[in-house]
Amino acid sequence: MKHIKCECGHVNPEGTVLCEACGKPIEGNQHIDGNDRKKLLNMRYEGSARRSQTYNKSIIDKIWSFFSSVKVGVWLIVIALVASAIGTIYPQKMYIPADAISRDPSIFYEETYGLTGKIFYQLGFHVLYSSWWYMLLIALIGVSLVICSLDRFVPLYKALKRQKAKRHPSFLERQRLFSQTDHVTDGEKEQVIQALKKQKYKVRHEEGHILAEKGRFSRWGPYVNHIGLIIILLAALLRTSSFMYIDEYVWVREGEQTVIDGTDSQFYIENKEFILETYDENDERFAEAIKKQGAIPSNFQTNVIIYKAKEQEVPGQELELEVYDEAEIYMNHPYKFEGYTLYQAGYQLNEFTTMTFAVTDINNNEQIDQFMIDLTNPQETYELNDGFRVMISEYYPEYYMSDNGPDSRTDNTKNPAFVFAVSTPDSEGAEVSFVGDYMNTPTNFDATGENDYRVELIDAEMHNVSGLTVRRDYTLPLFGLGAAIFMIGVMQGMYWQHRRIWVNVKGDGVLLAGHTNKNWFGLKKDIEKVISDTSINQVIDQQELD
Amino acid sequence: MDWFSISSGALYTAFILYLIATFFFGATIKDKKTTHKGKSGTIGIALTIAGLIAQLVYFITRWIASGHAPVSNMFEFVTSFGMGLVLAFLILYFIYRITVLGLFALPIAMILIAYASMFPTEIAPLVPSLKSHWLYIHVTTVSLGNAILAVSFVSGLIFLIRQIDQTVKNKKNIWLELIIYSLFLFIGFIVISSVFNATNYEAVYGYQYNDKSYQSTYHMPPIAGPHNGEILTPGAMKPLFEAPSWMHGKDAGQKLNTIIWSIMAGTLIYGIVRLVLRKRVGAAIQPYLNKTNPDMLDEVTYRAVTIGFPVFTLGGLIFAAIWAQIAWDRFWGWDPKEVWALITWFFYAAFLHLRLSRGWHGEKSAWLAVGGFAIIMFNIIVVNLVLAGLHSYA
Ligand code: HEM
Repeated sequence: MKHIKCECGHVNPEGTVLCEACGKPIEGNQHIDGNDRKKLLNMRYEGSARRSQTYNKSIIDKIWSFFSSVKVGVWLIVIALVASAIGTIYPQKMYIPADAISRDPSIFYEETYGLTGKIFYQLGFHVLYSSWWYMLLIALIGVSLVICSLDRFVPLYKALKRQKAKRHPSFLERQRLFSQTDHVTDGEKEQVIQALKKQKYKVRHEEGHILAEKGRFSRWGPYVNHIGLIIILLAALLRTSSFMYIDEYVWVREGEQTVIDGTDSQFYIENKEFILETYDENDERFAEAIKKQGAIPSNFQTNVIIYKAKEQEVPGQELELEVYDEAEIYMNHPYKFEGYTLYQAGYQLNEFTTMTFAVTDINNNEQIDQFMIDLTNPQETYELNDGFRVMISEYYPEYYMSDNGPDSRTDNTKNPAFVFAVSTPDSEGAEVSFVGDYMNTPTNFDATGENDYRVELIDAEMHNVSGLTVRRDYTLPLFGLGAAIFMIGVMQGMYWQHRRIWVNVKGDGVLLAGHTNKNWFGLKKDIEKVISDTSINQVIDQQELD
Repeated sequence: MDWFSISSGALYTAFILYLIATFFFGATIKDKKTTHKGKSGTIGIALTIAGLIAQLVYFITRWIASGHAPVSNMFEFVTSFGMGLVLAFLILYFIYRITVLGLFALPIAMILIAYASMFPTEIAPLVPSLKSHWLYIHVTTVSLGNAILAVSFVSGLIFLIRQIDQTVKNKKNIWLELIIYSLFLFIGFIVISSVFNATNYEAVYGYQYNDKSYQSTYHMPPIAGPHNGEILTPGAMKPLFEAPSWMHGKDAGQKLNTIIWSIMAGTLIYGIVRLVLRKRVGAAIQPYLNKTNPDMLDEVTYRAVTIGFPVFTLGGLIFAAIWAQIAWDRFWGWDPKEVWALITWFFYAAFLHLRLSRGWHGEKSAWLAVGGFAIIMFNIIVVNLVLAGLHSYA
């Protein structure tokens, strides 16, 4: 490595712009920070030697320089910003509303939004945030962040550590805040030192030269916050592994017991009761709002019993459950156990559990028989009295009439409809009956008009169903850590500033210069206070507005 | 008097105090001597503080009346944003002592409050997903963060009005004029809503959406009716045209109608102002800003971002994520509101990087500050009312 020896005696690494010790501009390197074109020195990285600015030969150098450019970083951020915005034009796939024309994305977008919807879907924007290119973009931001920070942090750290109180006059003159005073007494200098100390500056003097410094740690703010961001990105990466992250959904009916998915069949859940409460319309505080909007729910809650499966001593032994806990789960109040969390996520009111039908002879209105369908477990055929038999030829749990004929919206038994084939002992074939659509107009439909027997609903049982999400997320603490470090870093960089004031002796007088990375207004006020009651000239702001 | 009426009265009082304070800040501009601090500036600040206290009274009494912090619907949220803006202005005022900030910040806060009041103001109970202490923690920090960032818009706007050449028509002053014009659109919305509220206009239209029947209650005469709609109120006027079919969602026609009326009213008011001034509004204001120091304004723009950015990150991303984890079982779900918070955050991160590393000072910074405010307003208005996901306020 080529080293550069400054006239002050300090040996600087190759690529240095301003001597680490005395700040003298190093000839031949001034173009790196653009100092050759301006009077004021670029102090951003103290003129330290950054790898990206020094080496540019091998391919690795080129990649390094590319990613450590803030210009590239900002472009990546802006592209991510625009892409994110595009993804909100239409709902993402997971937010296609339940009452949409169709929940199939290939139909939904075009049907609902026309041509632009079709394009949105075909370009894959409906799953934008999990697309490979969006993730790549975020990953590139991460890479850029790491390289950028490494490129600057180390040399900056060294430069700040090696700085001396005595600075080269050309360094001081080219600071934004500068003044020169020809005659200053020792008493006045002492006064300045006291005033600096009073303002909590750390004062160093070397051979009569003064460096007062405050808040250097705030220079590390950006690097700290970038570390926080990296931790968050790593956490997001880890989250893709199913050991770290489980996401399941269980539907469980009132009174029913079912295994909790994702727990390796270790835990079972029973829904004791689902509760939906609404606000009292007589509550005068809310009366007007309720009148306008209709009933407003105040609580969704599932009371559950959690069971734990006993260890099986012999494989194949019958499952034994023991009560593990009882809990009330409601919105904003999930239930946690053994690393898992259960959330009240959804519900279905009044689903059909069983339906009882009667078969009647149309000619004499005599009932032949009744049969009950358990909708959790419908049979193919039901044998009735006198050799009658009913077969279910079609079953739509949530019936509706689609463009292509009868269909079921979901598997929830919200509006069951059946096509029955009723075979009678006396005739050969079977009569076809359509029965259902209780939510709209109950229909009992006979396509041929020649049926002799009618099937009709005479009784039904209903139940509520709770939907609970099951989560286990070991990455949460990592996200929390990343977020905390990020916050510390931004606050460190934003709410404190690195201020420096140099008072260097020149002949009988002094050169006074000041630099801060932010909040020049504050620094100017500091200097004003420091030199008040002395003959030292107030600094001039030499900023060149461009 | 019950708590609810006290709270409404207090908000009204705050509005009036801000209005009077604005006039005092206006007077500081005419002060010939820049050196003496000026009485009117002091009175202006005192009135602003009084107004803020009145608004705090509104906030607290409404909280008592409803049993929850008043940040749960569009009216309450936008009002608290306006309150935050006043507080943020005061913070920056006490750092930099620039009274002209108040001359612009207070009217913007007043526009926000008036805008908010056009939405239903009655107290609504909290739906289960909002019943959490995180509601207060999250929403108030976001409001405050947004408000501090909005101060950078205020100083950026003043900077632009002061600095941009108005002698000949050019791209820059047309853009600036567009920004000012868009403020007039808000005023248009406020004026036209108040007019029709006063006349008690109401007409109901039925329409089909996704095979279901809905009704929209129009409070302004229907220029744009619902797509495939029918008149339900006897004698109500027939819409001039129907909202195009690609505008989906409930009440799409009604929202479009409100927008059309607001644009008409805003444009009319703007037109009258232009006729009176006989020049661009920006050009008319410019001479009054001669004495403001552009460096100082630029510093305020940056400072507001550096103060606001961490607050916004904390409220809009971190607290939001914690609450989402508790309420919705995932801390991040790419809901439109969340995405727009992320966009805001990306935007201000870009602002900071451009400023720090690429030297985007002065005018460039000011334009960016305006852009950031546009994003914030987009998130509050368009996302809530149009893109609405889980966070729907309206
Ligand atoms: C969304 C992602 C990012 C966020 C939120 C972020 C945040 C920040 C913040 C808050 C600062 C301090 C700014 C100031 O003090 O005014 C900063 C500084 C900085 N960031 Fe980032 N950053 C991000 C991405 C990047 C990327 C991709 C790069 C790489 C090109 C980068 C490079 C830098 C540099 C070089 C600094 C200045 C350090 C200094 O001059 O002391 N950042 N960043």
